[in-house]
Amino acid sequence: MDAKLLSIIGAVVAVSIGSIGPALAEGRSVAAAMDAIARQPEAAGTISRTLFVGLAMIETMAIYCLVIALLLLFANPYAA
Amino acid sequence: MQASPLVSTVVFHLGAVPITRPVVTTWGLMAALAAACRVATRRLGSLPGGRQALLEVLVTGMARQIEEVIGRDPRPFLPLLGTLFVFLAAANLSGLVPGVEAPTSRLETPAALALVVFFSVHYFGVRARGWRGYLASFAQPRLVMLPLNVLSEITRTFSLMVRLFGNVMSGEFMVGLVVALAGLFVPIPLMALELLVGLVQAYIFSVLATVFVGAAVGGGGKE
Repeated sequence: MDAKLLSIIGAVVAVSIGSIGPALAEGRSVAAAMDAIARQPEAAGTISRTLFVGLAMIETMAIYCLVIALLLLFANPYAA
Repeated sequence: MQASPLVSTVVFHLGAVPITRPVVTTWGLMAALAAACRVATRRLGSLPGGRQALLEVLVTGMARQIEEVIGRDPRPFLPLLGTLFVFLAAANLSGLVPGVEAPTSRLETPAALALVVFFSVHYFGVRARGWRGYLASFAQPRLVMLPLNVLSEITRTFSLMVRLFGNVMSGEFMVGLVVALAGLFVPIPLMALELLVGLVQAYIFSVLATVFVGAAVGGGGKE
């Protein structure tokens, strides 16, 4: 296999496996936030702001994988 | 094959400096926002009309959010953080206008904004605590944590940049792919999703900047 094919496979694997963890984590955090809002509706503002910031942090992991995939596809020094 | 999202097209050269397309879009946005602000703040009175009431709701809403996060008077921070939010919302949504490419979907604009946040965090920290106090805060809670604290300053700036770039760029990339594969009107739901993602990312970027500034100035105290 040449480097181009390998880097395409690498990009696919990076995105598909790398998005599993953040997906599970985001599901858990949203479920926990829903639970908290149902228990304490008056704290909904604070909870959702913290939730958004936390989701952004978690999502960054998936975005890192995406950036790695893009680097492999478009800026790969070995497949030029 | 689409064009690489990691390079931007050069529109023209200003002397030896290449001016890329995101920069031109940013200039356009800056001019439009400045003109809109100029028009919107003309003839402000103590009895607000509809336009002024809307503006006041926006500004006081942002000020209240900042105050909730930082825990002190939001007025020194409002110009920077409010402008960040307004500019980012406009920049993210400008990708939906036909023929315009969101400047945040290329790496350099998010990098510049993250650098602005990086330096202003230190500026506000030094101004609130003084040089000694601010530098000493890096050695909290133990001196052992100093390298980790310095490292986290750098990585969080980097992740601020990559998050904004990745979200906006992946949205545009996706719309482009679906147009190429499926046809003209198919990606409209995706573009509606982009509307949401753009606003949420603008919000997250400014909230994170607020959190960083709040951590630098030290919460709540009147010291």
